[in-house]
Parts: sequence; structure tokens; C-alpha cells
Amino acid sequence: MIEGILIGLTTALTFQNIFMVMIGCFFGTIIGMLPGLGPMTAIALMIPITYGFDPATGLILMAGVYYGAVFGGSTSSILLNAPGVPGTVATSFDGYPMAQQGKAGKALAIAAWSSFAGGTLSAIYLLFMAPSLSKVSLSFRSPDYFALMILGLTAIAAFSSKGQFLKAMMMVVLGLMLASVGQDSLSDITRFTFDNMNLTDGISFVLVVMATFAMSEALTIILKRNDPTAAAKQVSLTELGSIKINKEERVKMYKTIPRSSIIGFLIGVLPGAGATIASFLAYGMERNLVKDEEKEKFGKGSVNGLSAPETANNAACSGSFVPMLTLGIPGSGTTAVMLGALLGFGIQPGPRLYMTNPEIFWSVIMSMYIGMVVLLILNLPLIPYIARILAVPRTFLIPMILFFSVTGIYLMSFNNFDIYMMIGIAVVATILRLYDFPMPPLILAFVLGGLMEENLRRSLLISDGSWSFLWDRPLTLIIMITILTIVGWQIYKSFFKNN
Amino acid sequence: MNINTTKIISLLFFIFSAFYLYTAYQIQVFAFDENAPFNARTFPIYLGYTGLFFSGLKLILPDPDTIKVEHKTLEYKKTGILILIAIIYGATILKVGYFLTTSLFLFASYYFLGERRWILMFLLSFPFVAAFMYLLHGILDIYLRDPFLKSIGVMG
Repeated sequence: MIEGILIGLTTALTFQNIFMVMIGCFFGTIIGMLPGLGPMTAIALMIPITYGFDPATGLILMAGVYYGAVFGGSTSSILLNAPGVPGTVATSFDGYPMAQQGKAGKALAIAAWSSFAGGTLSAIYLLFMAPSLSKVSLSFRSPDYFALMILGLTAIAAFSSKGQFLKAMMMVVLGLMLASVGQDSLSDITRFTFDNMNLTDGISFVLVVMATFAMSEALTIILKRNDPTAAAKQVSLTELGSIKINKEERVKMYKTIPRSSIIGFLIGVLPGAGATIASFLAYGMERNLVKDEEKEKFGKGSVNGLSAPETANNAACSGSFVPMLTLGIPGSGTTAVMLGALLGFGIQPGPRLYMTNPEIFWSVIMSMYIGMVVLLILNLPLIPYIARILAVPRTFLIPMILFFSVTGIYLMSFNNFDIYMMIGIAVVATILRLYDFPMPPLILAFVLGGLMEENLRRSLLISDGSWSFLWDRPLTLIIMITILTIVGWQIYKSFFKNN
Repeated sequence: MNINTTKIISLLFFIFSAFYLYTAYQIQVFAFDENAPFNARTFPIYLGYTGLFFSGLKLILPDPDTIKVEHKTLEYKKTGILILIAIIYGATILKVGYFLTTSLFLFASYYFLGERRWILMFLLSFPFVAAFMYLLHGILDIYLRDPFLKSIGVMG
């Protein structure tokens, strides 16, 4: 492992890669700060750029963007009470009241230090957990992988859909259907192309991500422009206050950070759970653990109430890399986007990544930590200046997002058919978003579609067409029982709730 | 049964899944693969049935959390215009070229979204695209076909 860490450090600490982390953190913070635009949009916009670099550099850039966007989301939560992403909603519970009390600078500093500490601790957990999990996952066979992928898709549908499980499952199926367009990987038979040559290679992953996130996000913002709840709030950026944290506040954070980082990391590892659940759980747990006197401050600007969700959501971000790097199965929508990018580089994440491409495996882990340091060094003194980005008029912002989406797609294929297809998918995605159909399950399913079919093919061929492979091995059986429990419970819950 | 837009979307998805399933059955496979445990149409067929199952369930089960969208507050006109601009962009980019099409796309988007600061609009369209193009074409060596710039002798 020491050797791996050194390989990772050597790769991550080159001038180019450190520069990439800095650029990534900076742009991620800016994009994440804009209400409505989260880490997925930020990473989606970066994918076409990363294809110009080697895989390690590309991934390092994306990791920087990821952390930057998460931190940026916290900034808009604290300053505007407008969380950029669901993962920072809990941050606004105590961050915004602090800002209203004239302590915006302090709130941002607490958020930055908590994010840093949460990220640092979870990077350490990741360092120790990833290699051992990688070894365990080498014993996984095709049926286990197939079952695990269904579990990932079911879990993300159950967790990300706010009680709308069936809608999320419909999105999963739609994602898999989109992934099935084009040539069959084994027989080269074309499927669902309707004799259109442009579809022979299938639908590009970048196109789907850009359409469902960047472009549809921009269209949704314009569409909801008159919605009073979506109206931009004014904030006095000149009065941010001091960013110094006093001793009493530091003592409170020392207690909160370790426990919140553990809960955040463990929840991040679970497929589908992610930063949102982690931050809410950490907030709830912290509220139960503090003294009665502090408990009353929750919701009114509590240091513990701000530090807990911030630590947990960053720890969950690192945690979600564990299943992606070791099993090749992303734990969240954002890591699904990163998995797609990895596949684009020709790298198959999974237990063997640790052995075949140790420089990528370790440099991503090391760059996460470097990203945390960069975020703290870069963003803390720049907070007052970066916060001014919130004043960028949407009349310029939206066309710029559209420009980067459309240009990104055009530069990949130099084909206007892709532009039309992107517009079509973005329009459908915008309508679906309007009626609360979640998009992350669609992306996760799109990324996993090919792998799922491949593992099902192997499993069915080995078992000569019998579906008994789903219960032959104890591991597969356990995963299948978990899936059936989740699906059954979710359907029962919808039915029970209605009666 | 309470018919709402979510149900209509579910119904459309049900029809789409049925069409997908029909198309999946039409996929031509090699003769020796016809009765194999797994061929090119196996996975799509399962997907089609899964789509029918979940959209069917959504249609049948009551929907307590009906999403009410306030259509009056939505900006359909501006969104529609922007989509139209993007379609025109797609239709002209190959014939006219990257520079002029992208600059006009940005300028028109600013205008239709209500921006009227002409100098800023100009700076963030034509010079911005020129700089971006220089970055791609001049520095990163990504070839951009541009008949317009070629016709005026700027690009070779």
C-alpha cells in the first residue's frame, strides 16, 4: 500500500496535475455556487475537456471539480439560503441564520474547515478500505456483479426519489433502454437504430449527461423564471464579517467532525445513498448528541448544526468513490458520470484497476486529499470575491451553459445530428424534471447498461439459460433478497400510504 | 382513477415500452443464435417487460403526491425560442461554420432572455468565441471546419 501511495503522490504531485486540481476546485466552486447547478453539471461540462488529457489528469481534474462544486453549493446555501444541490440543504439550516446574524464569513469558514476535515478523514478511511475491499471483490463472479448492479440501481431509485420510487424505476429502465441503442457488443447486430447510421455506435454518454443535466438544467431555470420561489435573492456581499473561528467554536467542531465524518463516509459507501442522506443523518445525530443548551440553538445558527452536515457531505463524497473504484459500480449519480468518463478513457474500474492501473487508482485517492488542501487554501481567502459570482445575471449565465453543452457535443463528433439528439433528450428531460422524475437513476442506468448486459450474458450462458444463477451462490442470493426487500418495501409503502 | 400529468407521462412510457418491446422482438439475430440462452434481443426484451411493469404499476396505483405545476408562471415562450435557436444553430453550423454560428447563437440567446447591454452582449459573443476558437484551433490543435472564415481568408 505504501508503494501505491507513493505512486499516487508522484502522479498527483506533478505540476500539471496540481494545476488541474486548482483549476478544477476553482471552476467547481463557481459552478456549484450557482443555484440549480450541482457537481453533476459541473463534471458533465468538464468531460469533453478531460478527453484531451491522460486518464489520471482527467480524473484529477474531475475530482477537483467535484469537491469544488460541493463546497460551492454550501456557499450559496449559506449566503442565499438557496442550496445548489440537495446535499447542502442541511447546511442552510444553520448556515443561513448565521449569515443573517452578520456572521456569513464565519459560517463560510466553519463550512470550509468542516469540509476539509471531513474530506481528510474520509480520504484516510478510503486509503485503508479501498484496497481490502478490492481484494474481496476479486471473488465476485458475473452473477454477483449482475445482482450488484441491480442492487445499485434499485438503491439509487429508492434513496434519490423522495418517495417516488416507481418514477425513479421508470427512469432506470429508460436509461437502460437508451444504453441498448446501437451495435450489440458481441454479435455486432444493430439494435433500435431504425437504419440511421448516426445511431450505429449508440448514444454517446457525454451527450446524455449534457442533455439531462447541463442543458435541461438551463432550460428548467428559464422555464421556472417567474416562479417566486426560484427568484434570485439579494445578498449583501460586502458585509460578510470576519472569517475567524474562536476557541469555543473550535472545541465544538472537534467533537462534531470525527463522528459526522464516520457516518458520512459509511453512508457514502452504500450504493445510492450519498451526500444528501449523509448530511441529514449527521445533522439529526448531532442534534441528539449535543447538550440541551446547544440543542436549542439548532436552526438558529448553531456551530455544531453547520459543521455536522458539511463534514458528512464531504465524507460521503469520498465514500461514494469506494464502490466505483473497487467494484466498478458507482454509488451516486456523480460517480456514475465519472465512471462513464473512465470508460471513455478505455479504463474499466473494478478490483483489477488496483492492480492494472495503480497510478490511476492511487492518484485519484491522493488527488482527493490534495483537492481538499487546495480548496481550503484557495477558497477561504477568496470567499468574498468568489461570492460575487452569485451576482452574474442569468441572461448571460444560461446562454453560456448552453454554449458549453452544445459546443462540447459538437467538438466530440463534428456532427449536427448529435446536437439535434441532445436538444430532443434535453426537452424530454426538462418535462420529466418538471414532474419530479429524478435524473440520477437514468444516468446510473445508462452507464451500467452495457456492463449489466455483459454480465447477464455470461451468467445465462454459464447456467445454460437457467435463471438459477440468481440463487445458486450465497452472495448472489443475499444481494437478490436485499433487492426484493427494497422493491417490495417501496411498492408496499406507496400502496400503504395511499390507503 | 385520478388522471393527472404524471399518469399521462406514465401512460406514454407504457406505450413507449410496448413499442420498444415490439422492436426488440424484431431484432434480427443470426440463425445459429436464434435458440441460444442469450442473444442480441434477450436483454432488450427483458427491459421492455420491466418498463411495462413499472409504468403499469404507476398507472394502476393511486398517486398521493400529485405534482401540481403552475403553468401560468412558466416561461414557455422564452424556453421555446431558446430551443429554436439551438435547432437553428445545429442546422447551420456545418454550412456557415463555427465562428459566426456560435457568436450569433450567443448573441441571440442574450437578446431573447432580455439582455440589452449591447456592448457586453457583443463582447461575450464575437470576441469571446474568437478567443475560444483560438484556444481550440490555435493552441489545442483541434480542427474546426469554418466555411465563413475560409471565405473571408481568415482560415486556411
